[in-house]
This record gives sequence, structure tokens and C-alpha cells, in this order.
Amino acid sequence: MATQPVEAQKTAHIRIDLNGEMTDVSFAPYKTLLEVLREDLGHTGTKHGCELGECGACAVILDGKPVLSCLVLAQECDGRKVVTIEGLTADGQLHPLQEAFGDHGGSQCGYCTPGMIVTAKALLDQNPNPTHEQIREALSGNLCRCTGYLQIFDAVENAIVEISKRNAAAK
Amino acid sequence: MAVIRDVIPAFELFQPASIEDAQSLLARYGPEGWVLAGGLDTFDWLADRIKRPTAVVDLGQIKGLSGVRVVDGGLEIGAMTTLTEVVQHPVVREKYRLLAEAAEAAASPQIRNQGTIGGNVSQDARCWYYRAGWPCYRAGGNICYADTPKGLNREHAILDADRCVAVNPSDTAPALIALDAKMVIRTPKEERVVDAEDYFIGPATDITRMTVLQPGDLLTAIRIPSTWAGAQFYFEKVRDRNVWDFALVNVASATKVSGSAIGDVRLVVNGVAAHPVRLKAVEAAVTGKPRNEATAELAGQLAVQGAQPLQHNGYKVPLMTNLVKRAIRGVAGEAA
Ligand SMILES: Cc1cc2nc3c(=O)[nH]c(=O)nc-3n(C[C@H](O)[C@H](O)[C@H](O)COP(=O)(O)OP(=O)(O)OC[C@H]3O[C@@H](n4cnc5c(N)ncnc54)[C@H](O)[C@@H]3O)c2cc1C
Ligand code: FES
Ligand code: FES
Repeated sequence: MATQPVEAQKTAHIRIDLNGEMTDVSFAPYKTLLEVLREDLGHTGTKHGCELGECGACAVILDGKPVLSCLVLAQECDGRKVVTIEGLTADGQLHPLQEAFGDHGGSQCGYCTPGMIVTAKALLDQNPNPTHEQIREALSGNLCRCTGYLQIFDAVENAIVEISKRNAAAK
Repeated sequence: MAVIRDVIPAFELFQPASIEDAQSLLARYGPEGWVLAGGLDTFDWLADRIKRPTAVVDLGQIKGLSGVRVVDGGLEIGAMTTLTEVVQHPVVREKYRLLAEAAEAAASPQIRNQGTIGGNVSQDARCWYYRAGWPCYRAGGNICYADTPKGLNREHAILDADRCVAVNPSDTAPALIALDAKMVIRTPKEERVVDAEDYFIGPATDITRMTVLQPGDLLTAIRIPSTWAGAQFYFEKVRDRNVWDFALVNVASATKVSGSAIGDVRLVVNGVAAHPVRLKAVEAAVTGKPRNEATAELAGQLAVQGAQPLQHNGYKVPLMTNLVKRAIRGVAGEAA
């Protein structure tokens, strides 16, 4: 038999930090992170959209950066940190972004919302005080067919104010 | 023909830890093997089942293929470096801003977090007949569907077409050529360094490939010499929507000014041919000339000589003319 430099993976197995919890999961190696999150881990908050990189419905935060989970193999996430919309709620309390999207009409049918919110969260984690232009740019890879976007920018800006209030109160 | 886009069908996934291992896998699988970088071009082909590799070789675990290093006064950018890393790198921003601007104009923020620079310059044509699996020249057939009387060819080539009229979709490619970058290629036998300008090929050379990479070859790094560090740069991309869309036409130039004249210049346009087009005749014609409207006008006219638009892409001729004029002037918009 010819020497095999590396074995193909029949079943992939990864351990990821999913929303702060170490999580083990096995799946077929050609599955995307989106499929594994939804089908193997029961995290259906992240949505299937175009599967082409053109809508942002499937966005999750991978090692601090927003990525499109429809175009990442789950196998490539071994040992990495994944945050999905399910990970934003802490102790039963909604994240200020989630509240603001509800309060300011940032979500209508809701299909784009998980992708929008995690992408906005990744922005605020890196830059707690973005300008309007920076918010627009950060969310430019997320399509919304309902809101016309203005309420979404509104929601993010209101969440920023709320987060800084909470931070001040916590001090 | 195209199937409904859903899940990616089964393949064997390999994650070799070295270039040698990756290459022996590619040798073992031959035409059944596929090189995976960021996956943004790759998974589109696979999900549509137009390309059906049985073995996917992921370069993601190979150490040393990612990151930007300062070497010999220039830069060496690993092929697996993401577009976002390129955009944010302080030396790229300070000395080779042309590349930062070009990389930032690609796709969407999330895609730039995933897509690699090696994949960006190696990505395949986006002609939709070809992408939809029609048996065209580029797919090994003997017709170009875009260049038929009813063909939809608004996005296609106006220069250098040879049977196939698809264009090169990369935004970083023209910037790298303008910066005189060198592509470091590992063939199964040796390491080979190719000028960025020669990395991209047209249908006359090989109608089924976009680059000089032969099956089994890997692009390992892109070197940017210090020659054009801090020069005056111009990049502009015209597209239908400001996010996601590929360039209808883009332009990248690096100019060194001596006094009020153009001392030295490299000028490259993409989206107009199957490969980025370096406009050498224009470069020669404007060198030594004052950087003014008359020179810009001359450059714009010369740039499109020989252009052969199709039914629906005639607009690319004035578009390219105007982008070249702006690049020569060094400022966007109309002349004052
Ligand atoms: C919706 C969408 C919009 C986009 N818009 C733009 C745009 O406006 N401008 C633009 O420039 N790009 C655009 N892109 C392309 C994107 O930016 C990626 O650069 C591109 O898809 C390929 O990079 P990748 O790392 O994902 O490579 P992959 O998809 O993994 O690879 C691309 C190809 O190159 C080969 N390859 C990759 N790396 C190597 C290597 N090191 N050695 C040998 N072969 C290699 C692969 O085998 C494959 O054939 C867009 C992509 C999408 C999905
Ligand atoms: S589903 Fe991933 S970008 Fe649309
Ligand atoms: S709320 Fe319906 S798509 Fe955005």
C-alpha cells in the first residue's frame, strides 16, 4: 500500500467553546458550521439563507470576528470560540442589542435578526462607540428585506447607550 | 446542470500539517483533489455540484502560510492571510495603501474575515453560464454561451477575449500587479517565483485556468518589494451595489512624481479581460509628462485601443477610459 501522508476524516469530531460552554460534537466532515450548529447541536437561532455568502443570515462570531457559518466547515472550528445568538442572553436577561431590536423595530419578520445582532455585537466588542458610518459598514454584509435598515441602525445606537449606562451602573 | 443549492455533498476532508503532505495528497488524488483556502469560491462550486472533488485538501492547518511579515524592506504575505488581516495590517496601510484599499473593496465584511489573499488571486471566473455548469469552453466544451446573439454579457470582457469572454473577478489582483508583487509558488519539484503580472493567464494560454498554477501547485506567499512603498496610489472599483458585487471595472495605479511630471507609473485594470490588464503602452506614454488633464485624456484614449465590446457591455469602454483618467490625475471625479 502506498504511504498515506494523512488520513481522511471519516467522522469529524471537534471541541468548541460554544457560547461559553465547552462542547463536543461529531458529524460528517463535509458539514458546514451552520449545519452542525442547527442539526447536531440544536442551535437553530442561526438561519439558513442563501448559502452563497450573500445575505448574512447565517452570521456567527468565530474567535471574535463575524463570519458566515454557511461557508465555514465545522471541522475548521476545532478548539475555537463560537458565539451564536443563543449566547447573548445572560441569566435569563436579554442582551441590550436584543432588547433594542425589539423596542425600535429593528426586527420585523426576524429572519435576518440573529445575523444582524451577532454582527453588531462583534462590532461593539471591538469598538464600543462606533460612528453611524462604522455601524453601517459593519452591517453592510447583512441583508434585511423588511425594515429598510434605518430601524436597525437606530436599535444598535440605542443599545450602545444602554450598554454604557449598564457599565456605568456596574462600576 | 445546476441543482437546487442545498447542502454540500460528501467528500473526504484532509487537513495536512505541511506543504509536502498537501502536495502528496494532491498528487494521489489528481483531478479528484481540490485545494481549500477560505472556501468562499470553493463551497459555491461544491454546493452546486458543478465541481465534484472526492478529496478536499484544507490548507488551514499548515503553519507559516498565514500572516504578514516585514522582509528586506518589503512585505511577505502568507497565502492564507485573510483579507481583513491584510486591510488592517499597519505596514500595508502605511506604505502599500493601494493593497489595503483594494482588499477592503472586496465582497462584504464577513467574507473578508474568511477569504484569503491567496484564494482571492486564485479564484475562478464568475461568468454565470460557467458557474451554472453549462458546458462552455472554460468547462471543456466548445461554445461560449455569453458570446452568442442572445447571451447575457453585461459583465464580460472587452479586451483580449479568445473564445471565452469571462473576466477575472479579483480586486486585489490589479493592486498587487501595480505594486510589482511576486507570487511564491511551490510546485511538486521546486519553489518558483513569478511576477504578479504573469501569474494571471488568459484563454489563449489555457482556457480552463485563470492562473499559472498547475494541478498540484500551491501558492504559498505574495512578496511585495519596497520599490513602490509610499508612492502615490489610486484605486477605484465600480460595481452595481457597494457590497458583495464584483467589479464591473476596477483600476489600480502606483505613481512616482518628479517635480510636476509623472516619473514612473504602473497602471492596471481588472474586470475587462480574463486576466488583469497592465496598461504598459499607457504607462510608457505618460511617463515624463505633466500630471494634468491633457495627459489623463491621452491615457484614457490609449487605454481602450483595441477594445471589442459585446452586445451588452459597451459601457465598459467609457468606464475604463474614465477610471484610467482618474488614476492618472490621482483624484476621483471629474476634472475641475
Ligand atoms: C458573495 C461573494 C462576493 C464576493 N465579492 C468579491 C469582490 O467583490 N471582489 C473580490 O475580489 N472577491 C470577491 N469575492 C471572493 C472572495 O473575496 C474570496 O477571495 C474568494 O472567494 C476566494 O478566497 P478563499 O480564501 O475563500 O479561497 P477558496 O474559495 O478556498 O479558493 C479559491 C480557489 O483558489 C484555489 N486556491 C486557494 N488558495 C490557494 C493556494 N494557496 N494555492 C493554490 N490554490 C489555491 C482553490 O483551490 C480554489 O480553486 C466574493 C466572494 C463571495 C462568496
Ligand atoms: S446563508 Fe450564509 S450568507 Fe446567506
Ligand atoms: S426583519 Fe425581515 S429580513 Fe430583516
